[in-house]
Amino acid sequence: MFKELVLIFLIVVAGTGGELCVTRAMKKIGEVKDFRPGALLRTIFRVLGIGWMWIGVGLMAIAFFSLLAMLSLENVSFVVPVTALNYVAGAIGGKFFLGENVMGRRWAGVLLVCIGVTCVFFSRR
Amino acid sequence: MGSTKGTFQDEELAPGIVPPSMPSHHHLRFKTYLFILLVIIFSPLGNVLLSTGMKQAGPLSISTPSGVFHAFVQVFTTPVIWLGIASLIAYFISYMLVLSWADYSYVQPATAMGYVIVALLGRFALHETVTPLRWIGIAIIFLGVVTVGQTPPRTTGHH
Repeated sequence: MFKELVLIFLIVVAGTGGELCVTRAMKKIGEVKDFRPGALLRTIFRVLGIGWMWIGVGLMAIAFFSLLAMLSLENVSFVVPVTALNYVAGAIGGKFFLGENVMGRRWAGVLLVCIGVTCVFFSRR
Repeated sequence: MGSTKGTFQDEELAPGIVPPSMPSHHHLRFKTYLFILLVIIFSPLGNVLLSTGMKQAGPLSISTPSGVFHAFVQVFTTPVIWLGIASLIAYFISYMLVLSWADYSYVQPATAMGYVIVALLGRFALHETVTPLRWIGIAIIFLGVVTVGQTPPRTTGHH
């Protein structure tokens, strides 16, 4: 049980932290409007020059290996819904790290996700 | 891809007037929905493939350095794992692109739809036991997703 909790923590915190860093890098690039292969390739090279992208990818790698470990222990229909805890971390991070306006309605949605995750968690075996 | 936006760029503008660079609200919404659709297809597919692969790889011991090495070899010589990784890369690229214009706190919950699909795949493709409590939990997560999806995709200023 302890092992599972540590893995869930790593998946949620490293995963969300990584996505927040990646978002910060992508917002520096600006809205992607040109989807031709050459232009996409140029976008990818520009992205690789941003430090936040590397931090983000590193954190997401940690989350990925934790997910693999978790999937070798538990059913996918348990693991993936529990990682929906990302939404709580995401709304908090979006507000405080990226300065997004998280409105009442979004908070309500996040709260529902929390309740749902709690149900899934207690459905474990 | 041809531009379907207005033709502001072609018109002569008075000096000092910045041409509007934000696409119409409609265009932005359509583009956002399209990429979210790609995200919610590739993400569950990747997770289900990874789950299949990890169960094929068998129990792994990572308490010693050589154990970690063997676990890596075991995992990355399982073909299904690579299919899962390919699917997750497709998901990741779609996700990064949509994050270049839409709010993170909007996109991330919207993609939770994929977390619901993954449970359906777990039940019907992998024959996992999904108890009523788990279905209820997943349904509530889905409701949360729908609630979040009704907020505008961008709340921060654009420069």
